[in-house]
Amino acid sequence: MSDQIIEFLQQLINGLSQGAIYALIALGYTMVFGILRFINFAHGDVYMLGAFAGFYTAPRLLQLFGGGPSFPGATAVLLVAMLACATIGIIIERLCYRPLRDQPRLTVLITAIGVSLFLENGGQYVFGADPKSFPEIITDRALEIPESWGALSALTITVGQVIVVGVTLFLLFALRTVVLHTRLGMAMRALSFNPLAASLMGVNTNIVISFTFGLGSALAGAAGILTSIQQPSIEPLMGVNAGLKAFVAAVLGGIGNIPGAALGGLLIGLLEAFVVGYVSPTYRDAIVFGVLILILLVKPSGLLGKTEREKV
Amino acid sequence: MLERTKILLLASLLLCGLASWGLGGISPYYYDILIGIGINIILAVSLNLVNGYTGQFSLGHAGFMAVGAYASSWLTLTFGYILGTHATGTTFMYVAALLAGGIGAAVAGLAVGIPSLRLRGDYLAIVTLGFNEIIKGIIQNAEPLGAQRGLGGMVQHTNLFWTFAFAAITIYVVLNLVHSTYGSGFLAVRDDEIAAEAMGINTTKYKVLAFTIGAFFAGVAGGLYAHYKQFVHPEGFNFLRSVDIVVMVILGGMGSTFGVVFAAILLTILPEWLRAVSDYPWLPEWLREIAENRMILYSLLLIILMLTRPQGLFGGISFSKKRA
Repeated sequence: MSDQIIEFLQQLINGLSQGAIYALIALGYTMVFGILRFINFAHGDVYMLGAFAGFYTAPRLLQLFGGGPSFPGATAVLLVAMLACATIGIIIERLCYRPLRDQPRLTVLITAIGVSLFLENGGQYVFGADPKSFPEIITDRALEIPESWGALSALTITVGQVIVVGVTLFLLFALRTVVLHTRLGMAMRALSFNPLAASLMGVNTNIVISFTFGLGSALAGAAGILTSIQQPSIEPLMGVNAGLKAFVAAVLGGIGNIPGAALGGLLIGLLEAFVVGYVSPTYRDAIVFGVLILILLVKPSGLLGKTEREKV
Repeated sequence: MLERTKILLLASLLLCGLASWGLGGISPYYYDILIGIGINIILAVSLNLVNGYTGQFSLGHAGFMAVGAYASSWLTLTFGYILGTHATGTTFMYVAALLAGGIGAAVAGLAVGIPSLRLRGDYLAIVTLGFNEIIKGIIQNAEPLGAQRGLGGMVQHTNLFWTFAFAAITIYVVLNLVHSTYGSGFLAVRDDEIAAEAMGINTTKYKVLAFTIGAFFAGVAGGLYAHYKQFVHPEGFNFLRSVDIVVMVILGGMGSTFGVVFAAILLTILPEWLRAVSDYPWLPEWLREIAENRMILYSLLLIILMLTRPQGLFGGISFSKKRA
């Protein structure tokens, strides 16, 4: 097999693991948009808080499971970070977005920008602006690929990449089950379909919206931990760029559409990996946003989204 | 009406000249703040035309500023001495470069205005943000513009006169535009786009026009900034710079030029004042702590403002006697 194909497969693997992270964050954007029709700008910063929740709790949690990096320890860190982010997400919604529910969407959007700035600057104050080294919760090493695989053994696949993709797939299926097969999930779908009719049918709007924020934020928290396994350098502004990219992913897949967000995340991750691998790393951001503009011009409803007509 | 505003413009230009002459010996620190105020007024008032008067939420104003800053810098660096080294010649080239930078930004504004025809609200905010990132990305890869190293070596032509003269012109153009019969189209697009269209208003034209004019002045502001700091860097025109300008417009009240000018002044002075406050030894420790972390305070203020007075400090208050 030629080197080009190996190179291509390598970029594919790198893109896949980055795309999984974007997919997890994009889900939070898309679920909130589906229900409340606004962009939760602070979502990227919740992802950052997830990484920091792991940073502060990991040493203790790992102690409980024998000290060193271990699978149960890493699972505990992941769950704690998800729980912490879910709580933060619910609090943000309760304090900042709920009082503005009847206000124009622009007001809520500006508030979200304010919350985002608050979390970034507050993070810089509380955690310090310098990058922190995330503790090793699982040993990230390259997998041994047997010689019998021939030319494929030249590929580098790390434990971290396998875990990221595996955990993301698991979370996606868990989310699918929650949305499709639980009463709360049904209420979420009802609310995104028609909020007024849903509330008339006895759906408790406030609880469902809180639940949605909690769910989305938990996924962002998981993304924060999964990123930190691969790139163990975390800082309070890490959520800005990741959040914007994940948002592009959500729009690409069709905002408000859950499978679309997952698909968009993967595509953006792959696109980035190929731009870095074949074009130039400095063009990465510009090309991702170029894709966003192209999508909005050609098909604003996204790849999987439905077109909505604005009614007078 | 028109005559009065023209007299006002001439008077304020004269005042700029006098102030520039009279404040010649002011300390560099205050001079710096004054220039910052002027540039922020231009940025905020021009963004207000797009965000406040036309109701198109743009999050990419720093991108237009970058176009103007880089275009004018490149022009003065390349052609600055084409008319000789005498001050008159270089100043003429400087003003020409500022205007050319503005035109460059206006062309970029036209390019952003076209997608805005199809998008509204949140989507438009994201597209303009994307444009901001793309402009930054192009500059980061453009060798003649210094790429990631930034561009420096411009002569410091910007002074109080030019800054405030352009600020006065910006206010004059925006106010005259929105208070003219022609300009009520902007307000109609903001208030109800569908109704405006049904009444035969060419909403497309007004949206593109707002973007183009807003971008022109942002470009001029970028040129002024570049020829004051004598150094520009792509990271200086990022998303957060755009948010800064948006906050000025929101705090002042969307669609209130007076309020926006006030907010631009306030938000330029406030960080400096808080910096000074954090050094007062007689203040209690916790107050100094708060002042030191002014960005946290800033974001909290934004949230509280939205929760309590979403129309901004001066939103909905018009200071002109004649209703537009």
